[in-house]
Amino acid sequence: MRRSLATLLVALAICAGMNLFLAQFIEEYVVQVINMVGVSIILAVSLNVINGLTGQFSLGHAGFMAIGAYVSAFFTTDLSYFNPDTAEYVTDPALVSSVWGYLGALIAGGVAAAVAGVLVGIPTLRLKGDYLAIATLGFGEIVRILITNFEKVGGANGLSGVPQFQIVLSGEGKDALALDGTFFIFSFVIICVLLSAQLQRSTFGRALIAVRENELAAEVMGIPTVRMKIFAFVYGAFFAGIAGGLFAHLLQTVTPASFTFMKSVEVVVMLVLGGLGSMTGAIVGAIVLTVLPEALRDVEQEADLPGIRMVVYSLVLILLMIFRPQGIFGQRELSLRLLRRLVPGRRISGDETPKPSEDRKGTEL
Amino acid sequence: MTALLETKSLTIRFGGLTAVDSFNLSINEGDLFGLIGPNGAGKTTVFNMLTGVYLPTEGTAQFDGQLINGKNPVQVARLGISRTFQNIRLFDELSVLENAMTGAHQHARLTVWESLFRLPRHYKEEARQRERAYELLAFMGLDDRAGLTAKQLPYGHRRKLEIARALATEPRLICLDEPAAGMNTGEKSELSALIRKIRDELNVTVLVIEHDMKLVMGICEKVQVLDYGETIALGTPREVQNDPKVIEAYLGGD
Amino acid sequence: MFLLEVTSEQIFQQALNGVSKGAVYALIAVGYTMVYGVLQLINFAHGEVYMLGAYFAYYPAKWAGYIPDEGGEKPKVPLYFIGVCILFSMAACAAIGMLIERLAYRPLRNASRLAALITAIGVSLLLQNGSQIMFGSDPKYFPRFMDRESVQLGMFDVSNTQVTIMVVAAVAMIGLHLFVQKTKPGMAMRAVSFDMRTARLMGVNVDGTIALTFAIGSIMASIGGVLIAMDQPRLTPLMGLLMGLKAFVAAVLGGIGSIPGAALGGLILGIAESVVGTWSTTYADAVAFVILILVLLVKPSGLLGKTGREKV
Ligand SMILES: Nc1ncnc2c1ncn2[C@@H]1O[C@H](COP(=O)(O)OP(=O)(O)O)[C@@H](O)[C@H]1O
Ligand SMILES: [Mg+2]
Repeated sequence: MRRSLATLLVALAICAGMNLFLAQFIEEYVVQVINMVGVSIILAVSLNVINGLTGQFSLGHAGFMAIGAYVSAFFTTDLSYFNPDTAEYVTDPALVSSVWGYLGALIAGGVAAAVAGVLVGIPTLRLKGDYLAIATLGFGEIVRILITNFEKVGGANGLSGVPQFQIVLSGEGKDALALDGTFFIFSFVIICVLLSAQLQRSTFGRALIAVRENELAAEVMGIPTVRMKIFAFVYGAFFAGIAGGLFAHLLQTVTPASFTFMKSVEVVVMLVLGGLGSMTGAIVGAIVLTVLPEALRDVEQEADLPGIRMVVYSLVLILLMIFRPQGIFGQRELSLRLLRRLVPGRRISGDETPKPSEDRKGTEL
Repeated sequence: MTALLETKSLTIRFGGLTAVDSFNLSINEGDLFGLIGPNGAGKTTVFNMLTGVYLPTEGTAQFDGQLINGKNPVQVARLGISRTFQNIRLFDELSVLENAMTGAHQHARLTVWESLFRLPRHYKEEARQRERAYELLAFMGLDDRAGLTAKQLPYGHRRKLEIARALATEPRLICLDEPAAGMNTGEKSELSALIRKIRDELNVTVLVIEHDMKLVMGICEKVQVLDYGETIALGTPREVQNDPKVIEAYLGGD
Repeated sequence: MFLLEVTSEQIFQQALNGVSKGAVYALIAVGYTMVYGVLQLINFAHGEVYMLGAYFAYYPAKWAGYIPDEGGEKPKVPLYFIGVCILFSMAACAAIGMLIERLAYRPLRNASRLAALITAIGVSLLLQNGSQIMFGSDPKYFPRFMDRESVQLGMFDVSNTQVTIMVVAAVAMIGLHLFVQKTKPGMAMRAVSFDMRTARLMGVNVDGTIALTFAIGSIMASIGGVLIAMDQPRLTPLMGLLMGLKAFVAAVLGGIGSIPGAALGGLILGIAESVVGTWSTTYADAVAFVILILVLLVKPSGLLGKTGREKV
């Protein structure tokens, strides 16, 4: 706990530093791409808990993301409540403009997505493999179609004018020294990655992996597989919802078109590229597949072949599956010593396992 | 004294096939009990019914006085029945140690929040599971392999790891499904000794399905013989061995 | 409240429209069902084959000069020429289907289901985006082969195009059914989908049969593509995406692996969508997915599928 907290604080400080540095020295477009990388990492790491650790095949992550995006954006753009005295809906600007309002909206989005996660998790009681994949795909599409028909959130046009938030450290106006989108996004990246790593290296993480590896054996060992699967969906959905909220406030607009089945596929491809089941793989996959299309955009313009970007993307995907279906890392983690020391709880697989005696000394009681 | 495990007319049908027919079994605490019979006799199906994997069509099964047919595998595991599988079902990508630790998961008294936020009980639980897992790996002679992934183990060790994992659930009854299958003679005699130790030192009642007659006759005190889903003999190994029906089942079956 | 605005005649009229829509779903759904039958693979690229089917029928007409330049006068295309278009499209789609199987799926025949599924998604993306480059992302307009006329059917109106769709689809489905049930290659297909290993041991040419399955499924999709193009002439490279998903839902609804099931599932889906569409066309798009989830929860084996029990 204390070590987690210390790690978190240090990481947040680094986020703040990074935010200030980027805002000061790096051009806006690049900062935007970096922020998108952060959103992608949260999406990929959270989906990895469902698809990678637990071995369920969800193709509905965009649905959870959409719910988070819309709920949080709805709160920050249209936070109104009913005033019984005047019998009118009023908006409290103080609440909306405060950073706490933003955090509250993000969490509300995450919680709404998590509730949807329960609803989607329940079918996993009965469905496996590709049947589960298409059921979750159906869920994602239903969410999108419902949003498109929901006039209160702008229908097909979506919500625009979603505000951005900042924490002003000093100064005022344009020259103010402030933490903004980058700080919020990467703070959640850190929280999501840290919690997911701690989950993975706990008895619950092993239980999730047991469900993936052999569901029947897991059950016979007394692991409540149904509950574990629903938990995985809820956990993954929560962070997908958070990612959606961050995404909405980054772009300052949300439309249903951002959350098609293709978005879900994109996140799955990030996992598969990095190696399904490996969290570090998910992070690398998220970085590569967010930066690569941007880089290819220039190539596309120079070669004057619009669309070639996606052709390359799909070819790479097919070739990857044929020649290296386990992805870059397989199920292994990219292990930096530093990373290992930062994340509490020792790894117990691999050759570097400590001998029993040594190991017991090492456990913190 | 009432039996630890008692089944009455346990029956299961798959479509037209009656895989197990009116199966009665009575095992006392501390027994080392053998269930034998030719291939396809219905032995594994009995295990599946006892552990909640299959729902019996008819009949009852009681464990420690509680009705267990109709319970799911998780509930049965909580009551204290564990098992291994004829076709090994390990968690291949987990390490040997982690495999054994998953067996101890059901006794974890902590919430997922405590693990997520690394609260003190998380560390306590990790230490408890690791300690127990190491003890059992040492018991099965696998402690020097703790760091390998399960799929790296040779066949005989995989069977032993399944037993260690099952023991980590702290069962009162362990059901072993052909634990010696695929082992060589040396490994088999080592396994015989281990099975006896499970009963004698860990005080776990053992129900074992085995094809190797020598092994069964060597360790079991009581043997029940199944053929085409029906019990054809029950008694001490010596009695059963000389039963003409048993001899015929084995000769006719193969 | 707005429920009152719709009369029961309108609903029946919509249901009838749904039949022709459902007939096309059925044609595409059989491709999903047959491929799933032999390979246990959801061939995500199948919707794109349908899209190509429409484009491959468009190009012969263009080469023959029947597609006017922008703003030009629309020439009337002789009716026999649709035969040329359909045959060309069927042949080209069969080739594409077999090519996809040979290049992308065969190398993965023993790989995990997940790898195969992702490859299928990759192929689907490749065809979508390749088509955008090849054909351009602006819509193409399929030529008119017949003047739209209404046929009076009792108290309902049906267009001659709709009648054509229903008749052609019915003939194609019955033909397929007879092929699978009565011919030797059809029997081989059933054998492979029952048990690939045993079929191989019994001397069935498994690779050839799988290739044939893709070819036939693609031909059916191409017919579907041409029929739709006759009714709704606007072609885009993305037209296969939603259509493919919905046809797949039809296959699941009918019971994956069953050809009569695909027909039944297609019709039910088409009718359900059209009836809901009486009230809201956008919600009609959600019907398929709601049906999908309900079927998977209540009876994953579908209406005409078989259930199996896992051996432990
Ligand atoms: N899930 C199932 N569906 C259909 N038949 C089954 C199933 N499980 C077992 N059987 C049949 O039950 C019979 C007994 O099988 P089993 O219990 O595995 O025999 P063994 O004594 O060799 O362990 C066999 O004929 C087998 O085919
Ligand atoms: Mg058996």
